[in-house]
Amino acid sequence: MYRIVVNGDPHVVDAAPATPLLYVLRNDLGLNGPKFGCGLGQCGACAASVGGKLTRTCSIALRDVGDDPIITLEGLGTLQRPHPLQKAFLEEQAAQCGYCSNGMIMAAKALLDRNPKPSDEEIKDALADQLCRCGTHNRIVSAVRKVAMEPVR
Amino acid sequence: MSVVRLSRRHVTQSLGVVLATFALPSPSVFGQVPANVPFSLRNNRRLEGWIRVEADETVTVFTGKAELGQGILTALAQIAAEELDIGFDKIRMVSADTSRGPDEQYTFGSQSVEQSGGAIRAAGAEARGILLAAAARRFGVRAEELQVRSGTIIAADGRRATFWALAKQSAGLLKGDIALATAPKKPGDYAIVGKSVNRIDLPGKLTGAPSYVQDMRLPGMVFARVVRPPRYGARLLAFDEAAVRALPGVVAVVSDGNFLAVAAGREEQAIGARDVLAASAHWSDDAVELPDMARLRTELKKLRAETIVVGSAGQSEPAPGQAKRVGAEYSRAYLSHAAIGPSCAVAWLRDGRMTVWSHTQGAFPLRGDLAKVLGMPNGEVDVVHVPGAGCYGHNGADDVALDAALVARAVPGAPVKLQWMRDDEFAWAPFGPGMAMKVEAALGSDGKIVDWSYDVWSNSHAMRPGQPGGVNLLAAWDLKTPFVKSPAPHIPQPFGDGDRNAVPSYELPRKEIRNHLLLDAPVRNGSFRTLGAHGNIFAIESFMDELAEAAGSDPLAFRLAHLGDPRAQAVLQAAADKAGWVPGKKGDGQRGRGLAFCRYKSIGMYAAAVVDVEVDRNSGVIRVPRVVMAADLGLVVNPDGAKNQLEGAIVQAVSLTLKEQVAFDRRQITSRDWSAYPVLTFTEVPSIDIVLMQRSDPSLGAGEGSLPPTSAALANAFAHATGRRLRELPMTPERVKAALS
Repeated sequence: MYRIVVNGDPHVVDAAPATPLLYVLRNDLGLNGPKFGCGLGQCGACAASVGGKLTRTCSIALRDVGDDPIITLEGLGTLQRPHPLQKAFLEEQAAQCGYCSNGMIMAAKALLDRNPKPSDEEIKDALADQLCRCGTHNRIVSAVRKVAMEPVR
Repeated sequence: MSVVRLSRRHVTQSLGVVLATFALPSPSVFGQVPANVPFSLRNNRRLEGWIRVEADETVTVFTGKAELGQGILTALAQIAAEELDIGFDKIRMVSADTSRGPDEQYTFGSQSVEQSGGAIRAAGAEARGILLAAAARRFGVRAEELQVRSGTIIAADGRRATFWALAKQSAGLLKGDIALATAPKKPGDYAIVGKSVNRIDLPGKLTGAPSYVQDMRLPGMVFARVVRPPRYGARLLAFDEAAVRALPGVVAVVSDGNFLAVAAGREEQAIGARDVLAASAHWSDDAVELPDMARLRTELKKLRAETIVVGSAGQSEPAPGQAKRVGAEYSRAYLSHAAIGPSCAVAWLRDGRMTVWSHTQGAFPLRGDLAKVLGMPNGEVDVVHVPGAGCYGHNGADDVALDAALVARAVPGAPVKLQWMRDDEFAWAPFGPGMAMKVEAALGSDGKIVDWSYDVWSNSHAMRPGQPGGVNLLAAWDLKTPFVKSPAPHIPQPFGDGDRNAVPSYELPRKEIRNHLLLDAPVRNGSFRTLGAHGNIFAIESFMDELAEAAGSDPLAFRLAHLGDPRAQAVLQAAADKAGWVPGKKGDGQRGRGLAFCRYKSIGMYAAAVVDVEVDRNSGVIRVPRVVMAADLGLVVNPDGAKNQLEGAIVQAVSLTLKEQVAFDRRQITSRDWSAYPVLTFTEVPSIDIVLMQRSDPSLGAGEGSLPPTSAALANAFAHATGRRLRELPMTPERVKAALS
């Protein structure tokens, strides 16, 4: 039994210690944000914030999470009250299939948390390890820039 | 039949348009009336098969096309709202579903707006006409005297009736066949079509609402994984079933011939069991000898081929003798779809019926092949489309649907979710075939082309399920009693297969174009975005630059001189103007600029690209700072959605031109993860300027046509920059360095 805190709520999870956090989030907690992309830590589709750090949840075991609070895409905003990044992605239509969007938004959130006014180059560098196959990169950069340009976040 | 609703209707209500995707509906039968009517109406004439005016003051629109991540459901909703004169937010879209939607075969070839849009436009106009006539009868006035505003019909004296009230009062009103009695609106009267609207599916996808087949959760669902052979041709000799069955959570081990799969209560248990199963499996040393990927151009030509002349002109006259003759050969590698999420399906066998939720491009064709393999009548199998990760053609979606159904048969009553692992996807999904192209041409004394000879060699790019003579599903070939592959279909010009866009749009007085359809297929192939058009346009447009140089002509002027179609000339000129094309300007050894043109499928969208490159001569890395694209799509339903498509295919084109090739040794596929199959990343993506031509002609489809000319223009830009030409794709640093040394 493991106790984890996800999006502010404590959960008790009955899963093997080596279980990748991704499957706990998706299947035990019913979250859809983090996606299985490669299971190898290469694509970033499964990203979430663990202890304030951008983390590939396919590659961290449940036993290693400890007390670190976990924030997923669902923890950022909702349909009715979207996070500024989610709102900007919508306004810029910064997706096609949307399967990578979770990782893009989580990585952008991590960037803006440490650097609220990034340049385009800094945005691209921060997202360089997040893969998109539909070719929506420029729209994603525009969406992140849009949030960074807002006077108050 | 009971209805299980896992719809996210409650969470998306505030968004207006609802996607009713996760539902188990009751079967329905649609009329089969052959007639001379819009393509998609031919086998689906019933009005309520397309449009239903619902009691809850919404309108459900059914399409046989699937949302592949390109926003097609949004564009179709716009068309329906336009013709019906109702609010866009009143539309609910239901996509490809064999149990309740029209059969529109496949979602492919950039034809959804044309085909499904044409049918929905006709159905919407028909429904509006019927409702207006009913209101006219009730009010005792002529229909022409009535107005429609947001689904409310208003008479001159102020009397009103809503669509919903009229439909409710007369149950049979909208249940007849579509008679095409009411003409659709004229483009000049459009209020919703032609406007950029936000995609209806993105709010859910960006906030973590269940949106994909990967997100489906059904009561009592188990998780499954497959263990595929190490290579084509290997046979399963033995495996340790007892050891796998003893693992925690395992509920089934399924083996049939060379097909091997495992199901468990938890996903990570299924993955762990897959590892144990794979480690315990012994496979025969059999292998299919694969081509030498370093010598693809010559290797492909060694395979048995069926040769057809697919275009010719002026052959009764002898080839001109006094002309300057030029020739070149080109190739492209095998390409992977490489969607970010591996293929996935949910299958559920209960009460003798098999329901499969799938991100297939062809729900009805897949249903037919599944039924054959499962030995069930078509009527007992349903396929419901649910989105998956990006779809750029015939990926693993259909294959994993059969995998899931085979496991579901072993655990009746339990829904089974089966997702491929990353290596399954990279090694086993169909590839876009490798291609070899050869061009020879002659220039007359006036600098114009007087003779043209073209050959293309590739396997069929059209190996989807649902074709006669066999079954095109991976696991079906591996069963103890295997099914044979369907033979490659013959797809005539102008659509073509490997020969798509092999016949140039240029005016050529004497030409012969031959397609060599390769009959031996050592590597598994399928449809990848644009089929053969990518390779053919790369070759033709590269060669046009080579000819222009031989003729001492500017690439833009040389093309314009050979194009008679004013729309083709217009996109070329628009792209050149936007980019600031300077005739005769030379590359400086590092920087260069290239141009290319394509009219996709010879009858689809027009596109012209101008691509800039910067070549690092030491590392061999090519950087693409900017792409300018001018496109004529005919009538554009959703301009921002169309731009998004054009941009996406441009980025994909740069990626596959610079980086992408499926890797294999002589026995097996070796590119099985993202490090072995790299794609373009944020720091490498060019800035993109799109010029959309303003047209009201019929829509031409936007999903693919920007890809081929981008690839060719990039190759031309490299040649312009360096004076050396790369005729093999991808243009890797190794090839660049070799070309510059």
